[in-house]
Amino acid sequence: MLSPLLLICLALLAGALLACAARPAEPQTLGLVEQIDALLPQTQCGQCGHPGCKPYAAAIAEGAAINKCPPGGRQTIARLARLLNRAVVPLDPEHGAEGPRRVAFIREAECIGCTKCLQACPVDAIVGAAKLMHTVISAECTGCDLCVEPCPVDCIDLLPAPSAWQPVAVNDSPARGTPLIGSDRGRGLTT
Amino acid sequence: MSLPTSPRARMHGGINPPGNKQQSLRHPIRRLPLPPQLIVPVQQRGEPLPELLIGIGDRVEKGQCLARGRGERAVSSHAPAAGVVTDIGAQPLPDDQAGGVTCVTIATEPCVASARCLPPLDPVECGNEMFLQRLRDAGITGLGGAGFPTHAKVRAAIGRVETLIVNATECEPFITADAALLQERAADVLRGASLLLQITGATRCLVGIQDDAPAAIASLQAAMTDARFQLCVLPARYPHGAEALLVHVLTGREVPMGRPAIDYGVLCHNPATLHAVARAVLHGEPLISRVMTLTGAALRDPGNYDVLIGTPVAVALQACGLDEWQHSRSLAGGPLLGVELQQATVPLIKTSNCILATTEAELPRPPPSQPCIRCGLCADVCPVRLLPQQLHWFWRSGELDKAASHHLEDCIDCGACAYVCPSTIPLVQQFRLAKTSLAEQCARQRQADRARERFEAHQARVATQQRLDEQRRRERAALLQRKQAEAAARTETVNAVTASSAPSPQDVIAAALARVQARKAAKRTAEPTALPPEGEAPP
Repeated sequence: MLSPLLLICLALLAGALLACAARPAEPQTLGLVEQIDALLPQTQCGQCGHPGCKPYAAAIAEGAAINKCPPGGRQTIARLARLLNRAVVPLDPEHGAEGPRRVAFIREAECIGCTKCLQACPVDAIVGAAKLMHTVISAECTGCDLCVEPCPVDCIDLLPAPSAWQPVAVNDSPARGTPLIGSDRGRGLTT
Repeated sequence: MSLPTSPRARMHGGINPPGNKQQSLRHPIRRLPLPPQLIVPVQQRGEPLPELLIGIGDRVEKGQCLARGRGERAVSSHAPAAGVVTDIGAQPLPDDQAGGVTCVTIATEPCVASARCLPPLDPVECGNEMFLQRLRDAGITGLGGAGFPTHAKVRAAIGRVETLIVNATECEPFITADAALLQERAADVLRGASLLLQITGATRCLVGIQDDAPAAIASLQAAMTDARFQLCVLPARYPHGAEALLVHVLTGREVPMGRPAIDYGVLCHNPATLHAVARAVLHGEPLISRVMTLTGAALRDPGNYDVLIGTPVAVALQACGLDEWQHSRSLAGGPLLGVELQQATVPLIKTSNCILATTEAELPRPPPSQPCIRCGLCADVCPVRLLPQQLHWFWRSGELDKAASHHLEDCIDCGACAYVCPSTIPLVQQFRLAKTSLAEQCARQRQADRARERFEAHQARVATQQRLDEQRRRERAALLQRKQAEAAARTETVNAVTASSAPSPQDVIAAALARVQARKAAKRTAEPTALPPEGEAPP
């Protein structure tokens, strides 16, 4: 009579212990919006139609499409799709095309020091003061394009960002016209 | 004479390519004739421009200091021969694809005078600082491959390591520079090692060498008199020479990728570096030449040569009898890790241990690659236990995230996978490219995180500014209102006072008129007694 009771007690105790152990040590601290925001490229360019990356992240969490971010491109869409368990879709051309990273460049001789671009820059990457020349801190520039429009003298260009890594050319595919197998010669079965 | 100890662990995988070492070991180390021109790099990669001590047109002596490094890790550079400085400017180097580093070009003059030396140091008397300063002044960098400044490496190791490893495993085919050096100058190498043992406080020195260099092993055994030194002979297998792998094989300790071996109590040096350390400290000789292998089927006289730093590759190859007709290409380094030289004018530098001038018959270019057949040979030979074929598929489909989760960044670029691949897929080149892209992605992620931080800071600043502006406006409005209220209150009080006490102008005038009337009336009452009115004059 005693042993079944003892066993039941033991089982309950073990169950409680297991339940304690199974609980994650630290609850998930990042919310869904933060997780989505972490995958967005943070250019704050507004090309998606939202006033920044965080608002777009919030919109995605509410169910908005994940293919509205041209700076992030294919890779961001793939990562978002994996996080949210949605289908990978091509970039929506309505919001722009994917391109290489760019940085703003102020033609300093033409700058009149109006500070309009300073106020437009979402990441404070332009330095300058009223009636003094402005310049872009290119390491901090996200290439968002927002400074170009307010400039009254059109002295801001977006140039391709310099890349520290020059990709090495890899000759991977067989040269055209190389017969793969000796007997392919003369049969037109070349790559 | 000491008996070799056995290795503590076995390397996973690896390959056994044909050694091809005998061609360059037929002769002792020889000297090349003095080249007419030397191009001496005076700047290390990633360091600021050095302080130049000479100008164009200056005469320099052999061993004279050309430039002193400015950075924390920079070392000095010296003139390998006497001559006149003809040019100072950026020049391409053999390990460099784009751009170049600052070099001093010297038109040499034959000179019998011996090299200008620094005074020899007494290793027992001089302190650690003087010793490290000497390594820096003598321009000593690692001669194995990476070219890391030796003084910085030793400084980091002082008091933190208990084992010094001499990496004499020249595992790549064709290269015999270290073997030749050990055959002839083993005593100097071991002297350099004991100097480093003394400075760093390490208690033992393991010399790792492969069994395909028997002459070097015999010479080392003859020179080893100290009980702190142990020889460890490994079976010839590529890539034993990779630092982390050698540390694992010799000590059984695994060094994680990206961490220095010093953190795990091991300092690893190349025998050529130790030789240079001994020459610099005990004889005061700056590093102006090194032993390197000039070999390959295109050379009539392959061998190991004591080459002055800065000798142009073309001149060195000509001196060894280059057969222009047979020659197909030159590699800086061995056939597996070497970089193909694009131009023959580049100088030989401190890290050049081998120039391989090959013919098409000796080292044919790989045939076009074919699709992967998933044979798994690459996984068998990978010394760091990766899955090269899996990484290859991820690379093909552009899934760099998945490649990263399969530890692509742990790849040591040894090329064993590409060597065994039956489809001749350029696996290691793909992995290098993928690692570059991954590094770029990581940099992008860091930049995105930074942009987020800056954007949030910007938003916070704008919000604070707006709040402050709003507050100021409200305060100003309140002040204005208060002032208006005060002014209104003041006029009201004035009106009230006037109404209650002060006489109105009409009253004042009335009062004045009344006063005048009263005075006139008083005058009239006093007049009749003295003077009769005009109208009542007597007849």
